[in-house]
Amino acid sequence: MTGLVALLAQVGTEAQVDTTFDVPANVVFAVTAVFMIVAALRVVTTKNIVHAALWLIIVLGGVGVQYLLLQAEFVAVTQFLVYLGAIVVLILFGVMLTRAPLGVSTDLDNDLKPLGIGAGLVLAVVMGFALIQSFGADQLDFRAYDSALGLDDPQTAAAGRTGAVADGIFGQYLIPFEMISVLLLAALIGAIVLARRD
Amino acid sequence: MLLNQFLLLSAILFCIGVYGVIVRRNGVLVLMSIEIILNAVNINLVVFSTYWGIGGQVFALFIISIAAAEVGVGLAIVLLIYRNRRSIDIDELDELKG
Repeated sequence: MTGLVALLAQVGTEAQVDTTFDVPANVVFAVTAVFMIVAALRVVTTKNIVHAALWLIIVLGGVGVQYLLLQAEFVAVTQFLVYLGAIVVLILFGVMLTRAPLGVSTDLDNDLKPLGIGAGLVLAVVMGFALIQSFGADQLDFRAYDSALGLDDPQTAAAGRTGAVADGIFGQYLIPFEMISVLLLAALIGAIVLARRD
Repeated sequence: MLLNQFLLLSAILFCIGVYGVIVRRNGVLVLMSIEIILNAVNINLVVFSTYWGIGGQVFALFIISIAAAEVGVGLAIVLLIYRNRRSIDIDELDELKG
């Protein structure tokens, strides 16, 4: 019994020391990545528009999970709220308002398939080669990142990474942020003017 | 975790999105492919924010809001095309060709 407790305590301390959680994170990454790639392929190949929108949900949710793995929790929450909550609903409304055929339709693709496959493959090979050449086996290092943000100091750590994002938005990037709000207003008015029936 | 596993995932998603933009005829499906491309770029920005500082995450947030605006205006345009032509096949839109 005491041996078991000692073993558990030892496992506990080891888990505490190892703060990077590399193996589970890699497993989550691999599963999510496979789901995302399959779903993205279905979005661009499926014959049913509504199914394409539903497969898009898996891609967008998977991107949110990747943000969580990268410890960008505020971006992840924004992804879930804006993309899954708003943009997918907007796209489904677009499908509905243009009276798209709800079943299987055969005329969704044009005859540029060889060009599309060629362009995609060339881009994939070039980008893959460039990425492997330049970053090789570089490790993500969240500890260096945390110390750059001041998160290893208990005085400044309370705000966390979300606090650092807020400092960025309302400090260094304040003017682009204000420009975004003007852009959103312009897009809102533009969309109303375009879609209004007069 | 490697830096490259995220970068390669985003490169693959980007290429799938480019394929969709080239091949699809339906306006709404082209908008969906553009969303995949924008998300691939966003993954890149967040990955590099662990490298260079918080600016990448701030720019990812900006891109998310711009993508929302883009989808709103894009769907309004698609709706207008549908209203005028009873079809959203973007290969038929060739009035600008001389």
